[in-house]
Order: sequence, then structure tokens, then C-alpha cells
Amino acid sequence: MFDLKDLYMQVIVDHNKSPRNFHAMPDATNKAEGFNPLCGDKLTLYIKLDDKKMIQDVSFEGSGCAISTASASLMTEQLKGKTMAEAELIFSRFHDMVTSDPTAPANTEGLDKLAALGGVREFPSRIKCATLCWHTLNAALAGDKSATTE
Amino acid sequence: MMFDVNKIRAEFPILHQQVYDHPLAYLDNAATTQKPQCVIDALRRYYEQENANIHRGVHYLSEKATAKYETAREKVRAFINAGSEREIIFVRGATEAINLVASSWGRVNVKAGDEILITELEHHSNIVPWQLLCEQTGSKLVVAPINEQGEVIPGEFERLLSPRTRLAAISHLSNALGTINPVKKMIELAHQAGAKVLLDGAQAAAHLNVDMQALDVDFYAISAHKMYGPTGIGALYAKEEILESMPPYQGGGDMISMVTFEKTHYNVLPYRFEAGTPNIAGVIGFGQAIDWLASVNVESIAAHEHALLDYATQQATAFPGLRLIGTAADRASILSFTLESVHPHDLGTILDREGVAIRAGHHCAMPVMEHFGVPATARASFAAYNTVEEVDALFAALKKAQDMFA
Ligand SMILES: Cc1ncc(COP(=O)(O)O)c(C=O)c1O
Repeated sequence: MFDLKDLYMQVIVDHNKSPRNFHAMPDATNKAEGFNPLCGDKLTLYIKLDDKKMIQDVSFEGSGCAISTASASLMTEQLKGKTMAEAELIFSRFHDMVTSDPTAPANTEGLDKLAALGGVREFPSRIKCATLCWHTLNAALAGDKSATTE
Repeated sequence: MMFDVNKIRAEFPILHQQVYDHPLAYLDNAATTQKPQCVIDALRRYYEQENANIHRGVHYLSEKATAKYETAREKVRAFINAGSEREIIFVRGATEAINLVASSWGRVNVKAGDEILITELEHHSNIVPWQLLCEQTGSKLVVAPINEQGEVIPGEFERLLSPRTRLAAISHLSNALGTINPVKKMIELAHQAGAKVLLDGAQAAAHLNVDMQALDVDFYAISAHKMYGPTGIGALYAKEEILESMPPYQGGGDMISMVTFEKTHYNVLPYRFEAGTPNIAGVIGFGQAIDWLASVNVESIAAHEHALLDYATQQATAFPGLRLIGTAADRASILSFTLESVHPHDLGTILDREGVAIRAGHHCAMPVMEHFGVPATARASFAAYNTVEEVDALFAALKKAQDMFA
């Protein structure tokens, strides 16, 4: 049986309690809002890209469950200094991990601390909580104003 | 007959299971109730022994199915004390009942400049059909606000009624807050202002005594699945003289008496509003659920649920960091709350692993969430088969959730 501890790992509890990069960014170059209509999670993601399309800074604001808050917090930590192409690669790996078969070991290659969210696989109703920030990132990088999980 | 919760529980096979190694505590009854064995048997019996199309066969099975279908209509009529079976229209549920009124009655009775008055605590299904109607007709949606307890502010409802108000559409019992609206008084006020009244009885029907004639309500919407019956079936009650004046809702078989390419004559009530082959099994199951409810007695169920709600409210009030959302003086069966430091969605998941099924979310009442400044709430909702032990399990699980996030 899957344990709740797989979902609410200490890292997640910690990032939920004190989210990193949790503030607005007045001089952001890209910005998008994410919304999960199912649970009312809302977040605004701010990105500052330099002229080489490198993510110089990234932050977020909003309210959500522990999974969505921690996921956004961990994401911002991971993305600083990455190029857009690298960010996309991480998202695709992350997406594969959280939607993979929960009975097989999770592939956490290149995911670093984001591996803490692997437990989400075991809780299908919570996958969207973990991916909301990433969909919002995609929207922000693509120049869209909003993303939803629907 | 004495109300014996153990005897009632024994009639619900689904309750006797373990969820993640804990006995299931099903506290999501406002979403849908579980079904007693007699309802499950009625559905099964229908498909095993009675299945046929209704109102059109001359053979044995068709007559049997038709008789059962129409008997169920009489059961619904009696249960809500409507004056006539012609006033009971079978539909998919409360949502379709409201949409039927909006599109049929609304189409001919609501014009540009008219107003539809609703309240701030409505379920989306008693908001959106009226918004659609307002868009189509150029009429205006007016919203009576609620106070911090989650009660419609009485003076405000009265003030917002005007000669332009064509209809007041009000929830009898709020699914997000548990508020029981003072509907008798509201109906009187609306009628005095010359408006018709629709009550959304989706939550009320299994928890309160509902009496069409005593209320003098014009429309009433119910869903069988919240009344221990099957999903996909419900009923619209409407006063006969209003129904007589309404254009058909959908066209097709059963709702006609004669069709030529030049002109179609519509069938009499209630069939005029039941186009196509209906959910026959659902209707029969609905009839059985009503028999069950009536035999246990809605008032006894209400008293039992009230005791549980009181007990739960006491625990909730003493629970550190818990905020009750909805503290109306007149409340039934629903405990909506938030917990400091644990988001409702996380609560839902953690409680689930303790075998406690609750609902976390906006409960299809986003304006209510906005009013209380929360994205979502956790909601425990009670039914006839719930126990004090299950309330204890709920609070033990809440404690666990709180500790996890401490
Ligand atoms: C107050 C209220 N109105 C309407 C509905 C809609 O009922 P149904 O989905 O059965 O049509 C619900 C169900 O959640 C409800 O709680």
C-alpha cells in the first residue's frame, strides 16, 4: 500500500511551510497565471529572461495546496540559471515521472530535488496539483497569459 | 418506530468495507448518498424481470414497466405533497429541472429589462441557467447577498424584489454552507411582488420535510441520487397551471399526441415534458428510494443528522485552527470548514487514507468561496447511516493532518 509519507515528504512539508522565491517580480519579462479549477489553486509565475533566453530569475505568488505550493517552490529553485530549452527538458522529465506507473521505480534522472514529488504518481487526483506550476511556466515562456490544468 | 442507526447501516452494503485498512466513514453525502439494498434490488429486478419500453407497448412487460414507472411518479408526488401527478416531470436531476424551467418557462415569461433574483449561496446549477437566460433575453441577474454566518440577509432579499422580478430562484438547503433558507417567508414575499419562485431542493429533499402545497412554491427541483436513489434521475415539480402555459422543452417521442408534417399536437401533462425514452430503471429505483425514505421517516433522519451535526460542531469549535464556514442559526447536515496550515485538498487526501471520505473544493459554489475569502473548504456531510464514531474518526484524522503539517 502507498503511504501518505510518499506524498508528503519532509521536503514538501518544508517548502509548503516556507516557499522559496515566493514574491512578485515587478521587472519580470514573462508572467502568467495558473489556475486549477478543481481545487481553486491559483498562482502567478514571474520570469526574468536575459537576452540569451536564460532564466535569470523566477518567482511565484498565489495560494494552493501543499503539493502545488511545494512543487512551485521547488521548480523555481531548480530553474534559476537554466535556458528555456533546459527548462523544457526538465518539465518533460518531471511530467514523465509524475504520470508514470506507480508500481515501477520512478525515473528521477536529472530531476534533483524535484524527485521528492515522485510520490504524486500514487495519488492520481493530485497529479494536476504538482504540474500546475509547470503548465504555467510553459504559458509564461510561450508568452501566454494564463494556463489551467483542465 | 425507533431510529436504529445500526439497523439502517445494515441495509447499505457499500458501507461495510475497509478503505486503506480503516472502516469506511462516508461523509460525502451532499455529493451523493449511498443506496440501500432495496434500491439496488429494484434496479436489478427491473432489468432481470421487467425491462420494456413504456407507454407504447401492448405486451405484458411493457404494461408492467409502465405501471411501475407511473407508480413511482405517484410516490414522488406523495413524498413532496404535490397536488397532482401531472405536476411531476421526470428529468435527469436538479440541474436539468432548473434548465427546463429556464428554457421553457423563461423563454416566454422573461423579457428584456426583467430581473431574476437569486442568492449568493447558490450552487452553480442555480446560477448558470439564469445567466444564460439573461444573456438570451436581455434580462438582469440580481443577487441577494449573504452575511458572515452564511444566511441570506432578509432585508436585502426583500429590498431586491421589485415589480421587474419575474422569478426568485433559491436554494432550499445550501450544499456549501448547510444554511436552511427561510423559504416559506421568501416565497410569500416574492409572490407579493408578483414573482414566481423556484426552489433548488437538491440538498433539502433527503433532510427536510418538503411540502409543495404548504410552501405554495411554483417550481421545485430534486435529484434522486442525493435521496438514496440512483444517479441520472430526478424530478421537477411545477404547478399545473404554470406547466399548462409552458412551451415544450424538448421535442420527440412520448411528448406528442399526433404528428403530421403540418402540425404536431402535444401530449397532456406530464408527458409533454418527457420527450424520448426516459430513464425507466432510474425512475423505478427513485420510487423505491422514496419508499425507503418514507419508511425510515425523514423527520427521524433529520433529528439523527441534527444530533450528529451538533456533536460535530462542538468538536469543530474546540478544534484549534479550525474555522467553520457557514454558521447559520438554521442549518442541516453539512459541516464546511478550513483548517489553518492545511489546505482543504491536502485534508481530503490525508483523511481518505484514514478511511474518511469528505469533499474538498469549491462545492460548485465559487461565489460562496469568494464571499468567505477562501479558495476551497473541506466539507463533511451527514446522512441517515452516519454515526458518532464516524464523527470521531473525522476529528482524529484532522488531528493527524494537522500534526503532519506542524
Ligand atoms: C444545492 C444543489 N443544487 C443542485 C445540485 C445539482 O444536482 P445534480 O448534479 O444532481 O443535477 C446540487 C448537487 O451537487 C446541489 O447540491
